[in-house]
Amino acid sequence: MIEQQGTKLTVLYFAWLRERTGSAREQVTVPEAVGTAGDLIAWLRDRSPGHASAFANPRVIRCAINQEFADAATKLRPGDEVALFPPVTGG
Amino acid sequence: MRTIRVQEQDFDVGAEFAGLAGSCTGIGGIGCFLGIVRDAAQSRPISAMELEHYPAMTEPAIERIAAEAERRWSLVGCTIIHRFGRLAPGENIVLVLAAAAHRQAALEATAFLIDWLKTRAPFWKKEHYTDGEQSWVEAREEDDIAAAQWLAEGC
Repeated sequence: MIEQQGTKLTVLYFAWLRERTGSAREQVTVPEAVGTAGDLIAWLRDRSPGHASAFANPRVIRCAINQEFADAATKLRPGDEVALFPPVTGG
Repeated sequence: MRTIRVQEQDFDVGAEFAGLAGSCTGIGGIGCFLGIVRDAAQSRPISAMELEHYPAMTEPAIERIAAEAERRWSLVGCTIIHRFGRLAPGENIVLVLAAAAHRQAALEATAFLIDWLKTRAPFWKKEHYTDGEQSWVEAREEDDIAAAQWLAEGC
């Protein structure tokens, strides 16, 4: 028997994603099938109506994994810090 | 010398110029970009600009951008200071100084640094209008195009 352990991740939200999800940071354990950043965004949508609103249009979401810019195809590893945010507007 | 600071408080532009100029030899010129909070967005008056950032990532991201500028233009030194928090119209937001032996490198590196800061450093701006409403600033396609031009010209 293989035990289904899932992958523990820390998820950070910034700007309007933080406002809509109602949280700046949360710990999640995702099923093994959630293997990439894109999978994670799709999975997070079902957490609350706020998450559904935040992730209604996944194409406008950008991400960083362990403080480095990443994309939807980037693979997730246990313990990763995944930051989700709209396109940056500094300078 | 490379100086990078992400801070809530204001900075003294003159002191930063003097600090950079005095930190190394071989400087022939310093290029400068100073970003200031506008008093309106699309002619809608603003009472404040709020800047959020990703503390664990911001400085490393700016270090990478600075290292790329130093490599491309053989900079003698550079200073990048970016503020966060709530800023009023007229306040300083960002300072970019690029020191090089000659003006072309100093000016080009300055333009590169601000173009890449706008598109590759994790900051988000929210405008607070004088009527009490607020909205997050949307990324502009022109900024992406400006930043991408340096990719075509690089390496």
